Amino acid sequence: MADRFLPRDRFPALVEALRDAGYRCLGPRVREGAIVMEEVERAADLCFGLRDRQAPGSYRLEEGTGRHFAWANGPTALKPLTFVPRETLWRARREGGGLRFEAPEPEVGPLAVIGARACDLAGLALQDRHFLEGEPDPFYKARRERLFLVAVNCTHPADTCFCASTGDGPRAEHSFDLVLSELDEGFLVAAGGPAGADILAALPTEEAGEERNRRADAEIEAAAQAQKRSLPSRNLRDFLFGRQEHPRWEEVAERCLSCGNCTNVCPTCFCHSQETVPDLEGEVSDQVRQWDSCFTSGHSYIHGIVVRATTANRYRQWLTHKLGGWHDQFGRSGCVGCGRCITWCPTGIDLTEEVAALGEEPGGA
Amino acid sequence: MRRGGAWLPREAEVAERVEESPGIVTLRLRLTDPEARRQYGFQPGQFNMLGVFGVGEVAISISSDPGDPERIGHTIRRVGRVTNPLVALDEGDRLGLRGPFGRGWPLDRSEGRDVLVVTGGLGCAPVVSVIEYIMARRSRFGRLTILQGVKHGADLIWRPRYEAWARDPDTEVGLAADVPGENWPGHVGLVTELFDRVRLRPGRTAVMMCGPEPMMRAGARELVARGFPADDLWLSLERNHHCGNGRCGHCQLGPYFVCHDGPVFAYSQVGSLLAIPGL
Repeated sequence: MADRFLPRDRFPALVEALRDAGYRCLGPRVREGAIVMEEVERAADLCFGLRDRQAPGSYRLEEGTGRHFAWANGPTALKPLTFVPRETLWRARREGGGLRFEAPEPEVGPLAVIGARACDLAGLALQDRHFLEGEPDPFYKARRERLFLVAVNCTHPADTCFCASTGDGPRAEHSFDLVLSELDEGFLVAAGGPAGADILAALPTEEAGEERNRRADAEIEAAAQAQKRSLPSRNLRDFLFGRQEHPRWEEVAERCLSCGNCTNVCPTCFCHSQETVPDLEGEVSDQVRQWDSCFTSGHSYIHGIVVRATTANRYRQWLTHKLGGWHDQFGRSGCVGCGRCITWCPTGIDLTEEVAALGEEPGGA
Repeated sequence: MRRGGAWLPREAEVAERVEESPGIVTLRLRLTDPEARRQYGFQPGQFNMLGVFGVGEVAISISSDPGDPERIGHTIRRVGRVTNPLVALDEGDRLGLRGPFGRGWPLDRSEGRDVLVVTGGLGCAPVVSVIEYIMARRSRFGRLTILQGVKHGADLIWRPRYEAWARDPDTEVGLAADVPGENWPGHVGLVTELFDRVRLRPGRTAVMMCGPEPMMRAGARELVARGFPADDLWLSLERNHHCGNGRCGHCQLGPYFVCHDGPVFAYSQVGSLLAIPGL
């Protein structure tokens, strides 16, 4: 379907159409100095005219242009919406000397997300593979199926972005229902499926015209060119697995706090732990899963032994898994180039720099 | 209809509890739902997640004969937060059971070959079901050699079983203890030192190993040096398990999820990974 054009003054119709169709809407809003996805009731709730400045260990918002989406990304991708940070998997009840196990139904209703970026969609597609292939995770599946995704093509990458090198952006190419390209005077809109086409049909759009399409394409291309960081586009599996004993792991461990911020903000990290939470009467007990991180000591704990006892072991696990083991497990790298792990690292560790350093011979120039 | 599969436990009851040694208990479990009991089956080498109400779950390998899936044996050492209350359960007590998980021993591809079992400590438990399996189908396998090592002679459980197996034709049993204690019938030293005392036929033997990783690494290296192909050596690994079905990420070893790519691996798959400390 050819792109349609939604003039800026008619943009509020998008949120209205989604709400009329029964969706709760989430969109970018500013919370504690960062852009996060929160509930919006009208287009005026969306943040506007802001620009993000991201650097290793730093994220700041400042005044930008007169656009809604002239920023790269905030700390949360789509991950918390489908793989929620903490939820009950099952409940055990004592009953007449026995135990009864029951599964709660996830409480879900139609949910539209406005402003998903290409990196977020790539992360979601990878999480889909992890949680849905084989026996699907019922909680993830229920939350995933209710999502309506309004993607936005990126035009203002942050200094920490490198999606062009991983092949995941800045243009959103899959997994969306609608995709927007923002221009000063309004939005190009295209549908990515029947649900999106229904909403698009309800919007007061007009013919986009070739010139607007050309300008939008040029902005996306410029966003790819403007990216300052990159990962090698080749498969790094053998490169990394062949450097398990490189001295760089010890060097990065001197800077790494093993805090797990990188795994929390990563749109693809899936590790989680299970915890048993009994009630005070001892009659009911919940099995709860929550996000875990390979940077914790508990992650590799087994009967009194922590297999990955040092920060160097844990950083190596994270990076070799993310960029190496993922190829074996999922047929591609686990990194989508969003740069969040760089921005939100308290000490500004940059995985692109670590990969480059691992390429240098130990003790060499 | 019952929702859920691998992630939702089924109720089991302790059908039999056997104190094997101080700190080691075998629980034979029976699923309480007749339909679940009929459907349940497992391969030697697989494990279950056993859950104590209000405490938590722990991965325990199945140590019983797969021919009797209605009484699922688990031999458990009392070591931690979950295993303490687990081994304290009495006959008739109820608990949660999820499983079976993982890939077991390569029994099909071992038919017609010799089988060498090398175990250390409680590593004997996941392999006992293999031994029982072979004993029940003796003509399908060649020579069976069972080598079991323990730190202290008193740690050896199932001594009558080893003695019974040793009387079986075409079966050889070797026992080793670092510290022999009283009336120790076997070798004093490492289990790998028994390789010199038994007849080994590299290239015609499937080797199944389970025990502490340093013991398996040493054993595998020694057998490779004696001409055993790395593809013929099978190791059962132990890692942290929360989910059992490849989702939680705790049991990763290099590219593998131990819970569903293993816990039994060929040495050719994991040998180089096991050689790296802290992986």
